[in-house]
Amino acid sequence: MAYDYTPFPYTDPPGLTETEPRHAVVIVGAGPVGLAMAIDLALRGVKSVVLDDNNVVSMGSRAICWSKRTMEIFDRLGVGERMLAKGVTWKVGRNFHGHREVFSFDLLPEDGHKYPAFINLQQYYVEEYLVERARDFPELIDLRFRNKVVGHTDLDGCVQVEIETPSGSYKLETEYLIACDGAGSATRERMGLDFTGQTFQEQFLIADIEMEQSPFGDADVPERWFWFDPPFHPGKSALLHMQPDNIYRIDLQLDVDADGKAEAAEDRVIPRIKAVVGDKPFKLDWVSVYKFRCIKLDRFVHGRVVFVGDSAHVVSPFGARGGNGGIQDVDNLGWKLAAVLNGEADARLIETYHEERSHGSAENILNSTRSTNFMTPKSPIEALFRAEALKLAQDQPFAQKLLNSGRLSVPCSLEGMALQTPGAAQIAPGTALVDAPLSSEAGDTWLLREVQGEFTLVGFGDVVLPEVVGLRRIGINHRADYPCFTALQNHAIRRYGAGKAYLFRPDGHVCAVFDTPTEAAVREAMARACGAKLTEDTA
Amino acid sequence: MRQIAADRLSPAQDDFYDALMQAHAGLSEAESHALNARLVLMMANRIGDVGALRELIDTARSYSDG
Repeated sequence: MAYDYTPFPYTDPPGLTETEPRHAVVIVGAGPVGLAMAIDLALRGVKSVVLDDNNVVSMGSRAICWSKRTMEIFDRLGVGERMLAKGVTWKVGRNFHGHREVFSFDLLPEDGHKYPAFINLQQYYVEEYLVERARDFPELIDLRFRNKVVGHTDLDGCVQVEIETPSGSYKLETEYLIACDGAGSATRERMGLDFTGQTFQEQFLIADIEMEQSPFGDADVPERWFWFDPPFHPGKSALLHMQPDNIYRIDLQLDVDADGKAEAAEDRVIPRIKAVVGDKPFKLDWVSVYKFRCIKLDRFVHGRVVFVGDSAHVVSPFGARGGNGGIQDVDNLGWKLAAVLNGEADARLIETYHEERSHGSAENILNSTRSTNFMTPKSPIEALFRAEALKLAQDQPFAQKLLNSGRLSVPCSLEGMALQTPGAAQIAPGTALVDAPLSSEAGDTWLLREVQGEFTLVGFGDVVLPEVVGLRRIGINHRADYPCFTALQNHAIRRYGAGKAYLFRPDGHVCAVFDTPTEAAVREAMARACGAKLTEDTA
Repeated sequence: MRQIAADRLSPAQDDFYDALMQAHAGLSEAESHALNARLVLMMANRIGDVGALRELIDTARSYSDG
C-alpha cells in the first residue's frame, strides 16, 4: 500500500520572540543524514537544533539500498533492528543480456553477522524511524520543521544563522553549523564553493510500482535484476529491486536527448513498465526522471561549517553509495565533534573528518563512475568491448567479473591515515569492525553492540588487557575482572586472531592492534586517535 | 575445445577496464582498431608461449559463431 505522508507539526521557535542562547550545533536538513547526525550527537550528550524547510519525510522512495555497514551504524543509533524487521533482505543479484542470464552473484552473508549484506527500505520509512528516535531525546534534539535557513555568516568564534518560518524570521548563533542539506545544498551555494565535476548525459527513468504478484518470475524471492540491452528496452539498461509493502523499483536508461518531462508522464511510463512486468496488474506509486553527476567538494570542513552527506559529495546511484556514504560521514564526524565540544580534543580533530571521508567519497565516485561508464558506452569501440565482454561472460569467469552493473558499497578503510597507529593484524588498523556473535551470562550479543559508541579495547583469546583511565575493556574467550564473552562458533577468534588486542574508535574502526598491550602504548594510541599527534601542517 | 581460463584479473579488473577505455578515448574507430591490434601483438609477446597463444586464438574464435 502507498505510504501515508503525515506532516510534522510546526511550532514557533523561541528565537522569534527572544534571543536564544548560543547553540553548540545547528544541523541544516532533516533527511536521513541530518537526523542521524542529531541522534549520534545526542547519544554523546551533545545538544543540537535541526532545521528543515519542509515538514514531511522524503517524497518518493529515493535511497532504498542500505548496506551492512550502514545498518551497523543505524544499530548504534537505535533504528537498525526496526529497519531490518521492515526491510527486504536480498542477497542474489542477476545480470541479464538480452534474453539470457549471463552472470549472477550471491552476496553470501557468511554466518555470524547481525546484519545482512543489504536491505531495501524506502527513504521515507528511514526518515520516519529516525524522527521517532530523535524524539527520544527531547532535552538534546530540537527538531524545527518549516524553519528555512536563508543566510549564514561566519563570525569570530561562531556562525550566525538566519531563518525564515511561517511566523516570521529570526537568527541563531551556533558553534558549529552542519550542512546536511543535500545535493543542491543552499549552504554550499551561499559560500560559493566550487561543485563542478563529471555530469553524465544519460537520463534515467525511475518508477516505484505497487503490485501483488512478484515480477521476479516463479521463484518469488527478492533479488536485484540488472539487464544490459534487455529485449523490452533495446540498447539500454534496466534495473529491478524489491521494497517492502509490495513496492518495486524500476530504473530504465533513457535516450541522451529524451525529454525528461514527457518521459515522466503516465501514458509514457505505463507501457515501459508493462514491457518489464508483463500483464501482471500494478499501480504507479512514484516516478522521477534524473541525470546524475559525480562530484565532491575540495574540502568538507570550512572552519565552523562542516558538509556531511550529499552536500559534500554526489555519486551516480549505481552501487548504493549515496545514502550509505552519508551515514558513514555521520559515523565519522559524530564522535570527533563531540570530543571537541566537550573539550577532550583539539578542533583539528574535525579536520580529520575531511581526510578520512574525502577519501571514502573519492572511492565511491571512482566506483560509481566506472559502473556508469560500463552501463552507458560512449563510443562504438566502448560498445564493442562491452558486447564482447558480455559474450565471453557466458562461460569465462574473468569476463563475468568485468561486467559492471554497480560495485556495491563496502565500508571504506582508513588504513594509513593520521589517527591510526600502524600495526599488523588480520583486521588491519583503519578497517571497520567485522561483526561476530558473542555470549555471556547475561545472554547472547554481538561484537558491534559491545564495541561501538566509545573507545573500546578488546582482548581476543589469551592476552592481558591493561587498565587505562576512560577506556572500556572487554575480553573474548578469556577470564578477567572486566566484562568477558565467549566467541560463539569461534567466529570472533577466527576473524580477529587469537592472542591479539584491538583498540576500536567510537565509530567502530580499528585504530591500533597489540600483541602485548601496555598501559602506555594503549594510552598513546588512544591519544593519537583523538588527534594528539596532528601537526599544524595537517590541519 | 574451448578453454575456460581461471580469473586472474580481479580484484583489479575495473582498473584494467577503465585504463583500456581511457586509452581509446578520443581515437577514431580506425585508430582504435589499430591500437587494439598493437595491444594484441604486445600481449602475445608478453605471453611468449606460442602454444598458449594458439589456444587463446582458438578460444576467442570459438565465440564468433555464437
